Amino acid sequence: MQINAQPEAGLRSIPALIARNAATYAGRPAYREKEFGIWQSWTWAEAQREIRDLALGFLALGLKRGDHVAVVGRNRPAHYWSIIAAQMCGAIPVPLYQDAVAVEMAYVLGHSGARFVVCGDQEQVDKIIEAEEADTSVEQIIYTDRRGMRKYDHTRMNWLSDVQAEGRAAHQRLDAELDARIAELDYDSTCVMLYTSGTTGKPKGVVLSNRNIIETARNSSAFDGLKPNEDVLAYLPMAWVGDFIFSIGQACWTGFCVNCPESPDTMMTDLREIGPTYFFAPPRVFEGQLTSVMIRMEDAGRFKKWLFDHYMALARRIGPALLDGQPVGALDRLRYKLGKLFVYGPLKNTLGFSRIRVGYTAGEAIGPEIFDFYRSLGINLKQLYGQTEASVFITQQPDGQVQSDTVGVPTPGVEVRIADNGEVFYRSPGTFVEYYKNAESTASTKDPQGWVATGDAGFFEESTGHLRIIDRVKDVGRMADGTMFAPKYVENKLKFYPNILEAVVIGNDRDYCTALINIDLTAVGNWAERNNIAYASYQELAGHPQVYETIRAHVEEVNASVARDPLLSGCQVRRFLVLHKELDADDGEMTRTRKIKRGVIGEKYADLIAALYDGKDSIYTETEVTYEDGRKGRLKATVRIEDARVFTPAGSAKDPTPLHKVAAE
Amino acid sequence: MTIMENPAGYITADGRKIGGTLMDLRNITLRFGGVTAIKDISFDIREGEIRAIIGPNGAGKSSMLNVISGFYVPQEGEVWFRGQRRGQMRPYQVARLGIARTFQNIALFDGMSVLDNIMTGRLTMMKSNLLQQAVWRGAAEREETAHREKVEKIIDFLEIQNIRKTPVGRLPYGLKKRVELARALAAEPNLLLLDEPMAGMNVEEKEDMSRFILDVNDEFGTTIALIEHDMGVVMDLSDRVVVMDYGRKIGDGTPDEVRNNQAVIDAYLGVAHD
Repeated sequence: MQINAQPEAGLRSIPALIARNAATYAGRPAYREKEFGIWQSWTWAEAQREIRDLALGFLALGLKRGDHVAVVGRNRPAHYWSIIAAQMCGAIPVPLYQDAVAVEMAYVLGHSGARFVVCGDQEQVDKIIEAEEADTSVEQIIYTDRRGMRKYDHTRMNWLSDVQAEGRAAHQRLDAELDARIAELDYDSTCVMLYTSGTTGKPKGVVLSNRNIIETARNSSAFDGLKPNEDVLAYLPMAWVGDFIFSIGQACWTGFCVNCPESPDTMMTDLREIGPTYFFAPPRVFEGQLTSVMIRMEDAGRFKKWLFDHYMALARRIGPALLDGQPVGALDRLRYKLGKLFVYGPLKNTLGFSRIRVGYTAGEAIGPEIFDFYRSLGINLKQLYGQTEASVFITQQPDGQVQSDTVGVPTPGVEVRIADNGEVFYRSPGTFVEYYKNAESTASTKDPQGWVATGDAGFFEESTGHLRIIDRVKDVGRMADGTMFAPKYVENKLKFYPNILEAVVIGNDRDYCTALINIDLTAVGNWAERNNIAYASYQELAGHPQVYETIRAHVEEVNASVARDPLLSGCQVRRFLVLHKELDADDGEMTRTRKIKRGVIGEKYADLIAALYDGKDSIYTETEVTYEDGRKGRLKATVRIEDARVFTPAGSAKDPTPLHKVAAE
Repeated sequence: MTIMENPAGYITADGRKIGGTLMDLRNITLRFGGVTAIKDISFDIREGEIRAIIGPNGAGKSSMLNVISGFYVPQEGEVWFRGQRRGQMRPYQVARLGIARTFQNIALFDGMSVLDNIMTGRLTMMKSNLLQQAVWRGAAEREETAHREKVEKIIDFLEIQNIRKTPVGRLPYGLKKRVELARALAAEPNLLLLDEPMAGMNVEEKEDMSRFILDVNDEFGTTIALIEHDMGVVMDLSDRVVVMDYGRKIGDGTPDEVRNNQAVIDAYLGVAHD
């Protein structure tokens, strides 16, 4: 792939791209939004006029160069226009998460010093007004939806359409000024500032330049061959870098159409109506859709169910191979065509995936069976790895080289380096300029040569050259014999089983790995009900021999899969137990976002962990629990510990040997 | 009670302008055989206001609403609507006058979609005849498009886009109530009657519904008369409240005035009879 070192002449800002699109793709749709039950659409030429009117309106309201303009609301054309209009005025757009509470907004508004805020609706306006009590510098509030806004004090508040009308009226006075400001924009001007959600400490404002966004958009669009006739559905938070790259960067670079749903609740219907060709979703969206398909198939008639099962089995066998262009027998091809007619086609249509050429998922690990389900239907679902500081793309999977457990090869223009401790570093044209007003963090994240530490540990697979992310660097350790210990890698594999809700793998500085497992009460309870297994409590179900049997089977399957990986084969789980209580944020065992706290768990269950390593079959324990009303109680239980089979690493032909046999010999 | 005596209307605490009399009920008495449901009640409803009728069970609130809607014709007294005395009327005549209502126990078409249910609210405004509608060309098609546009605005207003095509029978109670409100709004009423709009709702649904009622009043300038049991809701929403007990009016005024009215307190808390 050819990568130009120089940007195409003149196309050094988003407003410049808009101007090019309005000239080149004048009559093509640029934005669509479903409103009043109908898809309203704007061509690039119309969009340019709307954006320009808004920018003129901003000038009329006194927007200055270098001002920050916060934008908070759901995905709507008007909000994308606000971002670009702010850029035209030489201001810096700052999209905010619309579900943030007033306190969080107050921090970001204060930190960025935003003078203008564009709000989606009354709810957001209320939050801004509440946030203002914390001394922000907001001077103008502009709202898109005027409903319920009649009674507000309008001395410094305007309806977006009025701002546009005012801009239109004042264009003769302000045209020259606006054109001058647009002309000033170059590759190094700030394109956008995005706040990272930040699991630790206050959010940081990541400053991305036009170079970052446009180069990244160009490289990644070329990587997937995106064309002006693509359709995307813009439904992920506008404050998230991915939406910015897809709906502004790539859309403006390529000239494709951004479709905005009617409301968050109608997303699935809108998805079906639009049938995007280029689609991004976090794993939970794909998971949710698969679950709803499966539930509906359970209720379907016997013939339909048979048809579905039959053809899905076929799809699972040859679908991914077909997608990757590998050789498949003629008979199978014919059968797959029939399946497409009867099952895959209608199913894809129902899901809204009929037209998908390129689909991406990222953010967290996706279960292999979920991933394979979509790929077997012929949906080109791929994975990418990225972060805000990289303008998203670090690695992505090329067509035809897709696996569920890698994140692909470096995106064109991106250099990736693995440090000695396994941490992934990258350097790219998309690498962020700085953290706003935070030179210290900038320096500790990005070195003078431009290499950025991701905080993730990973390695390149020798056979494929694909990057594999295994865990956060701070969680990766060494086992007693010096092999790599990556708990989350194994835990994720365990958690892909619906029966397992949580897993904690222990092994740092130990001889072998063990696991504490939480069953999923919904899934296991459902199984118990269907099999007439009576139980009175979570504890009783967790200790049931058949449950142990099932969990052991899962653990062993995971071991087999971990064993295939020479680097990580030491992380196989040799002994495990099913915890007598659910890990709970109220007990401090997890964060509110359901991330396990290893330190707390290590202390609290020290007796259980000791038993995992001293060969006992069971152990009596008492655990303190906090009830929802804040009272504390003690839970007493005798927890059984079982062994799981481990496998010899890939490449060795020996039969897998159960551990207890090894021990007995 | 000075505000009520000004015929030109008044300004509410939150700055809304209330106009002149929209409906005037004069000395209404309604009997069912030997039972007197309403006894000599007079009050008025002003243009643009939210007027509540409250009272204990069996006080005659629903009967009163039925008198207002023209469903019951009182034996004595006069109903004046927009300066004209109203006689006996057929339901469609009431609808054409610009009065729409919702029901205490939801009266929607369960098998029809939300959209179709709301479209029925516009029936009285449709002019094309059966043949034209059957062929669905020209006038009928244009007419339906225009009506659909209005209905879509209401769907957007009440935030029920996601259930547009769902059959009403499959919806939970709170949403059905909202659909019923949507249908009433589709008739673009001058006077909207709500019979216990919050009955059986949880706190969140009540808050949503309250917001919608206020927004309807604010956005469309619709006059609203409502019956409600939830005192908190009534006091927050309404501009003026009529209190009924055993078919008689025992109080009338702003929420504050009513709250401090001894007769009202007695009716609600009970009083020792000697």
